[in-house]
Amino acid sequence: MAKKVALLQGNQACAAGAIYAGAKFFAGYPITPSTEVAEELSNELPKVGGSFIQMEDEIAAMAAVIGGSLTGAKSITATSGPGVSLKQELIGYACIAEVPCVIINVMRGGPSTGMPTGPGQSDVMQAMWGTHGDHAAIALVPSTVQEIFTETVRAFNLAEKYRMPVQVLFDEIVGHMRERIEFPEPGELEVIDRAAPTVGPAEYKPYDATKGQVPPLAAFGSGYKFHVTGLNKAADGFPTTKAEYVDAEERRQINKVKDNADDIVKFEEYLTEDAEVVIWAYGSTARSARYAVNELRKEGVKVGLFRPLTIWPFPEKRTFELAKQCKAIVVAEMNLGQMVLEVERVAKGNCVVVHEGRVDGEPINPGQIAAKVKEVL
Amino acid sequence: MSYDYEKSIRPGKLPHIWCPGCGHGIVMKGLIRAMDTCGLDRTNTAIVSGIGCASRLPGYLDACTLHTAHGRAAAFATGVKMAKPSMNVIVCGGDGDGTAIGGNHFIHACRRNIDMTYVVMNNFIYGMTGGQFSPCTPTGAKASTTPYGNPDPVFDISKLAIGAGATFVARTTAAHPREIDKLITMGIKHKGMAIIEVLDDCPTTYGRRNKFRSVVDMMKHLKANAVPAVAAAKMTAEQLQGKFLTGVLFQEERPEYTAQYAEVIKRAQGA
Repeated sequence: MAKKVALLQGNQACAAGAIYAGAKFFAGYPITPSTEVAEELSNELPKVGGSFIQMEDEIAAMAAVIGGSLTGAKSITATSGPGVSLKQELIGYACIAEVPCVIINVMRGGPSTGMPTGPGQSDVMQAMWGTHGDHAAIALVPSTVQEIFTETVRAFNLAEKYRMPVQVLFDEIVGHMRERIEFPEPGELEVIDRAAPTVGPAEYKPYDATKGQVPPLAAFGSGYKFHVTGLNKAADGFPTTKAEYVDAEERRQINKVKDNADDIVKFEEYLTEDAEVVIWAYGSTARSARYAVNELRKEGVKVGLFRPLTIWPFPEKRTFELAKQCKAIVVAEMNLGQMVLEVERVAKGNCVVVHEGRVDGEPINPGQIAAKVKEVL
Repeated sequence: MSYDYEKSIRPGKLPHIWCPGCGHGIVMKGLIRAMDTCGLDRTNTAIVSGIGCASRLPGYLDACTLHTAHGRAAAFATGVKMAKPSMNVIVCGGDGDGTAIGGNHFIHACRRNIDMTYVVMNNFIYGMTGGQFSPCTPTGAKASTTPYGNPDPVFDISKLAIGAGATFVARTTAAHPREIDKLITMGIKHKGMAIIEVLDDCPTTYGRRNKFRSVVDMMKHLKANAVPAVAAAKMTAEQLQGKFLTGVLFQEERPEYTAQYAEVIKRAQGA
């Protein structure tokens, strides 16, 4: 049987992906250019017995999502850069309390109100560092409407598997773009649910990592009584200031991502085998970059594209290998230099790393990228 | 006859962090009695708090407890209740947590009339950080950040709750322990947003700066100035100067939020 297809906007595909992944709760606050995610889920969630709430502000939306997730409901919120700025406090809470949730960030420019209807890719560092204290982050960056669907599903899977917040960042261009999308059949994409406790309520400790880096999370109201706090805590979930517990907990929460980077990091390469110059680009910019590669190849330029779908944890291994193989890496992104800092760090001087950025609300076009490639040849 | 509180307290979690003479313990005991009276199944009860001395309360109680970030308790609790409407939800916290940093969440939880019982321990001060003035610190009072007397006007939490749309609002004091559990019980049984404001004492950071020579003095002050709302109806404005009304201050029936949302689900599913 032919698959169900539709002409869908990126934001709508995100909502459809959330439903596919089993989302049962959305809490949000209206913000351009992400609002259609909320609108769509306000329509779809009650149909599947889930619930939607529009909260009084961005912080409240993040709080509600964490509260909802603790009852076992797969929970999601959607916002844009300024909203993530407000949510930072509670993103940290979700990290330390280890509560799975998905945060969609349809990126516009900034800082502050910036250009709400224009695209941007300037929240990529915020996705990693946007909360105080040491913590791990997972952030995904789809390029197409189809990919927004699949990466939203993957975001839920990673959130549930690693028991933490996962951000999906796409720029306004992909968020508002309409493309053909094929809906995967139920069961076609993997859908992961959080691990259930392996012990009874009397023995259950919500942060007992003796059997693995990610302790199972019981649901409120499922027979398990336990304590959740944003304070540093021991395995039983109760606050502690004992150095050895605090240190071990913080390291475990970072290592659960670091040690599983191969499982989380995803990328795609195009004509990189013999590339002398590699364009490193993500989101809508990667689409321009691919076009530039095709045009340059026609002229005989040995150029390829590295397109990460995961930016956090950073795709270090492959970026380093490419740095050793090529003469130069051109990092193209709609900001004034963010992921380029990571590429420079990881390249360790093995190749030239240059940046092609833009923050005027216009997409980075193929010609602009091609010109930069020629400059470094 | 002594009441068995221990079955409700998590083993090994006492002593609590509160100072000698603090009223929060009296409120906690009242909450335990109210939960017992209502027969709440603790595995199906979430007790949610923010940050501050009062917000440490849930950690002592045997239930699903959620100690969140400063001011955010009502918003977390809303998420819990929306995602699992069958859960009993109790929120507790202090005056600064609930009405300053958490003011927006407080009024909107009241407006929605979502079914939860929010116990606000109003001790007129930020205790945990050492006694800075809160929106509830009396004008003229001394706090660590109002060395010349507090220039700020005061929030009346109960009036705020009524104005914002809570459908059960009651006030009592830590000097009236029997009324605490009576009102919390009524709040839990009420279908909708119930705000129970308990005027409380902080001898350490408020009392000693404001000429209360002892905890007893503070309790006497609470007792002397509490006027049951019923009695107040017969008193003049002059007689009510400096007094606070206690008992049930407001009660009405209005559709509860999760019940309303259940109707949304029915409509979405074409029922």
